[in-house]
Amino acid sequence: MTVAIGRRPATPARPGLLRTEQRQGLALMSPTFLFALVMLAAPILVVIAHSFWTQTYLTIDRTFTLDNYRIALTEPIYRDLLMRSLILSMSVAFLTVLLAYPVAYYISFHGGRYKSLLLFLITIPAWTSYLLRVMSWKVILGYNGVLNTALLGTGIIDEPSTAFLYNTNAVLITLTHAWAVFAILPIYVSLEKVDRTLIEAASDLGDGPIRRFLRVTLPLTVPGIIAALIIVMIPTVGDYVTPRLVGGKDGVMIASAIEVQFKRGANWPLGAALSVTTMIVITVVAVSCVGLLRWAAGRIR
Amino acid sequence: MPDRPMIEIASVTRTYGKFNALDDASLSIRPGEFFSLLGPSGCGKTTLLRMIGGFDTPTSGTITIDGQPMLGIPANRRPTNMVFQSYAIFPHLDVEQNVAYGLKRLRLDPAEERRRIDEALAQVSLAGFGKRRATELSGGQRQRVALARALVMRPKVLLLDEPLSALDKKLREQMQVELRTLQKAVGITFVLVTHDQYEALAMSDRIAVMFGGRIAQVAAPKDIYQRPVNRQVADFLGGMNFIQAALVGENGTAIEVETMGFGRVTTPKPAQWSGKGGAVTIGIRPERLRVLWDQETARHELSGTVVDRHYFGEITHLVVAIPGMDAPLSVTETNDFGADDIPVGAQIRIAYEPDALVAMAD
Amino acid sequence: MTRAPRFLGINWLALYVTLYVVFLYLPVLLLPLFSFNDSAVPNFPLSGFTWKWYEGLLTTPAMLDAARNSAMVGVAAAVTSTLLGICAARAMTRYRFRGQKPMSALIMAPLVLPEIIIAVALLLVMLRLGLQLSLLTVVLGHVLICVPYSVTVLIAGFEGFDRSLEEASTDLGETAFGTFRRVTLPMVAPAIVSSLLVSFTISLDEFILAFFLTGTDATLPVYIWGQLRFAARLPGVLALGTIMLVLSFVLLTIAEIYRRRAARRANVDGGLLA
Repeated sequence: MTVAIGRRPATPARPGLLRTEQRQGLALMSPTFLFALVMLAAPILVVIAHSFWTQTYLTIDRTFTLDNYRIALTEPIYRDLLMRSLILSMSVAFLTVLLAYPVAYYISFHGGRYKSLLLFLITIPAWTSYLLRVMSWKVILGYNGVLNTALLGTGIIDEPSTAFLYNTNAVLITLTHAWAVFAILPIYVSLEKVDRTLIEAASDLGDGPIRRFLRVTLPLTVPGIIAALIIVMIPTVGDYVTPRLVGGKDGVMIASAIEVQFKRGANWPLGAALSVTTMIVITVVAVSCVGLLRWAAGRIR
Repeated sequence: MPDRPMIEIASVTRTYGKFNALDDASLSIRPGEFFSLLGPSGCGKTTLLRMIGGFDTPTSGTITIDGQPMLGIPANRRPTNMVFQSYAIFPHLDVEQNVAYGLKRLRLDPAEERRRIDEALAQVSLAGFGKRRATELSGGQRQRVALARALVMRPKVLLLDEPLSALDKKLREQMQVELRTLQKAVGITFVLVTHDQYEALAMSDRIAVMFGGRIAQVAAPKDIYQRPVNRQVADFLGGMNFIQAALVGENGTAIEVETMGFGRVTTPKPAQWSGKGGAVTIGIRPERLRVLWDQETARHELSGTVVDRHYFGEITHLVVAIPGMDAPLSVTETNDFGADDIPVGAQIRIAYEPDALVAMAD
Repeated sequence: MTRAPRFLGINWLALYVTLYVVFLYLPVLLLPLFSFNDSAVPNFPLSGFTWKWYEGLLTTPAMLDAARNSAMVGVAAAVTSTLLGICAARAMTRYRFRGQKPMSALIMAPLVLPEIIIAVALLLVMLRLGLQLSLLTVVLGHVLICVPYSVTVLIAGFEGFDRSLEEASTDLGETAFGTFRRVTLPMVAPAIVSSLLVSFTISLDEFILAFFLTGTDATLPVYIWGQLRFAARLPGVLALGTIMLVLSFVLLTIAEIYRRRAARRANVDGGLLA
């Protein structure tokens, strides 16, 4: 049932004329907003504009063309890179959320008075230099690395394995590690918002722990899961450091191709088209994932 | 001019978009008066208080304080100080620094400042609490700090926005007495906003009852309780039996009506008398009806059957069906004579004085 | 609170969380471990304790330059992003105005944009405008990505800040500026300190933007990136990484302490943190 609710009049507790409030708010917001406009919105528009132009050596031809997009979407090298980046970022997002959910759940439901300490503990690794953490994974997963040494030492394998480093798995592990906190926090927040009496009510109405979790807790935390997925999926698609350091040949992602076009290849329009394509595709994928998840959540009753 | 009002509210209207928070309100508050704005939430009482304090601006109309028009004068230059509903005690300062907050602007001689702080703290019985931090205070103590912080400024008008609503019942009743005593001692005009009718009745010299952005009635507590100007006011201030009546005659100051059950009654004309004939509402407070014991007689009495009873400790509420009346009457009787022993179904007689009956607008 | 589910007498959830925390800390703790290891190859078994990699750092002018650059960039980015963050956070918490949502969305957008896109877009604009790439361009880029974090930290400090506190100050005769100085600023000071520290840490550790936007001057992460090609330099990098790690940890712990103090101040009753 929907109830029509008229826009509530401004509460009398807020003083000042509305127009003044509008003006003061705008004035206060504008320095930061203008900065974001000039440093973010405008540059992205410039990138979009470039993606429709062509470049020969250092001169830019401003006639409108879709050629760059044709190349970005049809050239096997770019198409494969884009696909691989998408699949990787989706895998990372789902894996991270899957692994993070129980942790967030534990902190929220069993953390007791150590909640904030636990959260802080979980957050610290995320604040250390990303570059250094990736490097550390390289040390762990390498041919002479920690993992191989440990496995050799316990006799599980006879000779060092090359299966850990310089491939997609290495990228997956490293990124899952890097984005852990960004998945835990939104899920934790949504778990905290779950009214505990709802869970008690579900028990009271006869649900066991698992049914109770599936029918009450999980659906109520879908917003947190969605936020976590998006926060992880979108930035990882453009990751540069991890593929370069631990990805090897199979692990190369689209960011490397973009970098090449802007730095060495110096084909800005193509680089721009690759950037724009990546953004659009990841947005579409993310939105579809969200839609799918909402639909699935709606089916749990 | 000795009779100049302290606060003069003239046709003040405040609109938020299409919503009328306050609609053509006019009011005059006397110097040294304890004045209450009483009404349900959303009636405009807080809006009016905030406009007096300078935290909101009338859409139209004028506010004058001590003869000075307040248009364009910001809150920090008005001769008013406010006790906020949340008390708004500065959490980063201790009690003394809170009280001294406004004084610092005045650049007083340090000894004088010290004297005024101590005086203010003593006034609210917080002497010796000066070094406590705001976080270490109970609700009642925070309220006292808020009071001291405002009073130390020696305002012409002290504004109090639901100051007791956050306190528990016992402390609230104690603070009502203290506030009243304090006001008499300092002689400053107090304007209090409250939704609690008992609070308003207990503390005020006069009360303005407000509904839906309009001032319904301004009068002394006793008058407002006993002679409510309309049904809404009567209902808001405690229980009231409403009796249908038909107008049979009127002169300049009184009307004569034929009531169900109470017969023919003459009562003063209500203030908002429409002047039209026909149906009239008559009211009588439950405590103005008295149970008659076996041997007792009264000049005016009714008899009926007890259909329900509610026990409240010191009083009992009887619901009595009277033959010939369409609704039963509520009767409040103290329990010292055994009203709490009257069972449902008992036949009883009730006494009343005709002057307790009041005619009112619908 | 519900009891943790058990099976075969083991609290599997707690066990899982423990393993997860180990997974989170493993790479972070290996750096310091190997930075004190005598061997040039980071590997087990450890061969012996040494300070030599740290001593080596002190005699590497390029590293010292990078450290100085990082410090300058970090301070500039932290101060600028906190100032911008104060404006935005205050506007978002205190005022309601048309256009607030889309404006906030743009300001917070760097949180959910691939960094490479931001880097490329800024690089393109700088190059097209013919601006010399320098530490200044790095600062601008860092401010952009720090502002969302500053805003988040500051909003937490501003929210729950009872508006009647400012009204009370005005009521007691204080001017708008005086109110800001005597009430608002002291109340939100912890949040501001926290925002400064968090922004500085982000800037200190940030690589992609610095990599794309710097000219000839390297920041620490850019310097480290350059060193990674040489296997022999790895222990030195590990030592440098350890120093940065400890620094980040210290700064963030201080930031967290201030953030909690800010939250406590905003809630006199301590209702949220009790």
